[in-house]
Amino acid sequence: MSSKKSGFTAFCLLVASMLVVSACGVTTPSIASPQAPATVVPATMAAPVLLPTATMTALPTPVEIFSWWVGPGEADGLAAMVALFNHEYPQYTIVNAAVAGGGGTNAQAVLATRLAAGDPPDSWQAHAGQETIGTYVAGNEVKPLDDFFASTGFGKVLPATLLPLISKDGHPYSVPVDIHRSNVMWYNPKVLAIAKVTIPVGGFTNWNDFFKACDKIKATGKVCLSLGPEGFTAMHLFENVMIGTMGAAKWDGLWTRPPTTNWNGPDVRTSIANFQKALSYTNSDALTLSDWQPASKMVADGDAAFNIMGDWAEGYFANAAPNGLALKPHVGFDWTPAPGTQGIFVFLSDSFVLPIGNKNPDGTMAWLALAASKAGQEAFNPLKGSICARTDCNPAFFSEYSQGAMQDWATDIVVGSLTHGVVANNNWKAAIDTALKLYLTDPTRADQFQGALAAACKSAGSCQ
Amino acid sequence: MLRKFTLHIPHMIMAIALMFLGMVALFILNTARLVIAGKDFTSLALILSGLITYCGVLIVVIMFHNEKVLSVGLLLPSIAAVAVFVYGFIGWSIRISLSRWQGLQPDYTWVGLKQYVLLFTDNPRFIIDIRNTGMFTVLFILGCLALGLGFAILLDQRLKGEAIFRSIFLFPMSISFIASGVVWAWLMNPSTGDHLAGINLMFHLLHLDFLISNWFTSPQPWGMAYTVIPAIWQLSGFTMALYLGGIRSISEDMREAARVDGASEFQIYRYIILPLLQPITLSAVIILAHMSLKIFDLIVALGNQDIRLDVPGIYMWTTTFAAGNYAQGAAIGVLMLISVAVLVVPYVVSTIRSETEL
Amino acid sequence: MTRRTILNASIYIILIFFALIFLLPVYLMVVTGFKPFNEIDLATMWYLPTSGLHIQNFIAAYNQLAPNLNNSLEMVIPEAILSALLGSLNGYLLAKWKFRGSNLIFSLILFGMFIPYQSILIPLVKFMFAIKLYGDIPGLVLVHIIYGIPITTLIFRNYYAGIGTEILEAGRMDGASLMGLYRHIMFPLSGPSFAVVIIWQFTQAWNEFLFAVVLTNQSHWPVTVALNNLAGSQLVQWNVLMAATLLAALPTLLVYIFLGRYFLRGLMAGALKG
Repeated sequence: MSSKKSGFTAFCLLVASMLVVSACGVTTPSIASPQAPATVVPATMAAPVLLPTATMTALPTPVEIFSWWVGPGEADGLAAMVALFNHEYPQYTIVNAAVAGGGGTNAQAVLATRLAAGDPPDSWQAHAGQETIGTYVAGNEVKPLDDFFASTGFGKVLPATLLPLISKDGHPYSVPVDIHRSNVMWYNPKVLAIAKVTIPVGGFTNWNDFFKACDKIKATGKVCLSLGPEGFTAMHLFENVMIGTMGAAKWDGLWTRPPTTNWNGPDVRTSIANFQKALSYTNSDALTLSDWQPASKMVADGDAAFNIMGDWAEGYFANAAPNGLALKPHVGFDWTPAPGTQGIFVFLSDSFVLPIGNKNPDGTMAWLALAASKAGQEAFNPLKGSICARTDCNPAFFSEYSQGAMQDWATDIVVGSLTHGVVANNNWKAAIDTALKLYLTDPTRADQFQGALAAACKSAGSCQ
Repeated sequence: MLRKFTLHIPHMIMAIALMFLGMVALFILNTARLVIAGKDFTSLALILSGLITYCGVLIVVIMFHNEKVLSVGLLLPSIAAVAVFVYGFIGWSIRISLSRWQGLQPDYTWVGLKQYVLLFTDNPRFIIDIRNTGMFTVLFILGCLALGLGFAILLDQRLKGEAIFRSIFLFPMSISFIASGVVWAWLMNPSTGDHLAGINLMFHLLHLDFLISNWFTSPQPWGMAYTVIPAIWQLSGFTMALYLGGIRSISEDMREAARVDGASEFQIYRYIILPLLQPITLSAVIILAHMSLKIFDLIVALGNQDIRLDVPGIYMWTTTFAAGNYAQGAAIGVLMLISVAVLVVPYVVSTIRSETEL
Repeated sequence: MTRRTILNASIYIILIFFALIFLLPVYLMVVTGFKPFNEIDLATMWYLPTSGLHIQNFIAAYNQLAPNLNNSLEMVIPEAILSALLGSLNGYLLAKWKFRGSNLIFSLILFGMFIPYQSILIPLVKFMFAIKLYGDIPGLVLVHIIYGIPITTLIFRNYYAGIGTEILEAGRMDGASLMGLYRHIMFPLSGPSFAVVIIWQFTQAWNEFLFAVVLTNQSHWPVTVALNNLAGSQLVQWNVLMAATLLAALPTLLVYIFLGRYFLRGLMAGALKG
């Protein structure tokens, strides 16, 4: 009997010691990891056995910021903003909980599980527009920012066309930090020169003109339009073909509830026809490329003439190795609006939100204040290769391309990107994505594709 | 049972003390945190408190002097854990697959089998998934079994250096599917022509150009077949270990007797050893099949979400987390589970039934 | 040349051929891991580094992974050992102490091996959060132990079923109790299956990503998450990534190289037979 009991005691002790080993560890050299939260035992529950802890004033309170900004450029921009924050708000310290992979799906999975568990981070990166409104606002996870916009005057420094896109029922829900442009067509001047192709001033006005230029390029043996794999590059091209074919107003009309542009109608049909023709000019190994960079590199290497990609590609073309190709603007690469989209700024924007029920709301407000501030945006955007959401940033910090983009941002018609979460929520976008991927396996099935798009609109609850 | 209960006061007191201590600790830790020297020990303390309470319970159980009851008592934590973490969560999954939860707010509205119907009607993607998963499973299992058995037989010849070869074939199992996918994506680079890379490049350098292929971007359905190569690379060593263990455990006497009777080595393998390896084949098939039906990391790392290489694991992931359609994601998960159950339940039932009682 | 020699030679040729194929990915990883960035090019990927071994990759990789490597070790070592102990106990009870329903219980436990982990992420996180075990290492250890119960119980149960009951009968006659039998007879005999289970669980937990990323806070992320972040950054520094992958795989690699024979011995002793 006693042997049994001592056996148990021994077993219990063994288990206990193993678990203690698991929680103890060598203190590790930490890279941007926070101090342990210095939580004091509530006075009512203070029991003498619990050892005293550090008081709150000694250690800064962590503010957990969640994103998928792990790559070069974006990570640098985030680091710059974090440094600025830690400097201005020494009572807080940022915990950078970025998770990469899957085009953001890993991060979204982690975020979704945390929201389901009721443990939201203090703020997270969300694409401004329907990705935020249709996901987080609809899911009742974030608070409106009316007071914040009013007290900081942030609303006044944003372009007028942007505010409705980040609001629901007139209440803004996120703080846009950067603006990227989707409808940029990058090209290699040398390849165009050899093929004797000139781009009209302001860009091609329609896709037919572009296809004529493509025929000339094709005759020289080069790929006209380089394309990347299915991750998002195909949808990126598709949305630009759509906007370039039907124009800004009709594009907006696709996304109103109910849509004023018929998904089953001739505008979409013509867009799909243009898309099919555009695909015929792309590289045959598009689906095998690892990401968007190899497609852009085809242009840089002179194997392809054009590549339609957002302006994060500019950093890839211009920055120094190892993160960039170190090319000179107008010499090694150049840019023009995507065919049919001059005067239109197809935008996407990363923004931060104010969660409901996070641990440190004051810390979040501080972070949002920094993200909205001129200093914060001026620190972040040049490194990330984007432009400020604010209209009053100093252009001197930015590259030549970005300066042009800033001017366009202030004057062009602004419409939202589909690929990057502005015009459609995640569910709708995923349905379109599946339809698009299936279409790519056989680009002749245009009617089927259009039918699938219309069905996607129905399943998203927008069409009848 | 109660007849044998011997109340031993000191032990009873200890049991009650332990249970009391454990429960008080749990109660306190529910709202407070335990921080010692700057490190947060709360979770550890919670687990320990639970264990202490449980030790107390066990001491009481021991006093019943009934070994069957003690057995059950000792198994109880595992049973409870599996009940919650497996069956409880599966139940949750089934429940929401019968709902229309879409978006971050739970929505348990009952819709019956609608999600399942949606999956099967007018859904080319799911058809692709089924075809891909079937092809992957069959090729993966056949490949692992064939290579595993082949290596085992070759190594059974007790040549010098057996240990080295065993290690070489076994070690890929230690690499994660993600890492393996990344490296093999590089190796199986599909570019031909000017931008040769990976194994294609190696073929070219070795003047074996006729072997250059498009790997997993080959026209479907054969492109999917290439994705089993990394998987076989990783798991054939494990299969080999299973078979080698099985072969070696067949007593040498049996083989000697057969040799004395005039059987050739080949005949020994074919008529004696192989039949005896059947139970191992069964185990291997079950383990390999359950891995292949859930395969996810590897295909994503290789295919970069190319829809021609889609499998249910990926479809479920993107439906749940990219689209936020939790109900449909759960339906896919339940279907994955059923497909594994169809394979596994008969095996388990037959194994249990064929055993002799202790 | 005797027939035996020809046969042996052919066997060696086949084995070496396959061994080379098996080592191909490792060769690529090692060679790339030692190249400086300007030598990374798809066209030259097979060539050895031309300017000596660029150890900086490994140093950079180690600096990035060090805290996470520690987290992984903290998590995996206790997990493997505790999981093996629990599986051993369960296997012993289910194999040798049959009571009414023990077969049913075993089947139900075994079935737990087959659930797709992605489908239970949300309830898992909710539950772990509710019982306050969410966010750091002990919770992750517990989850791995729990989801390891089916396979560890299976392995030990099969193993113990192969041990005859005569030994136990003898022990009984000497007056040993249930736990006494385990401690004095079964446990000492369990070496091979402990080897199998510990190695298997070590590998599984070390390479696992989903639970790791979802159940732990950023400061407690194991190495799989860090490696994923390294690989997922859009412009990949292949040389550092390969060095990091090698580093992350090193513990399990070493375990298999040095303890592989115990793994094999354990399997030979009937750990996963039929």
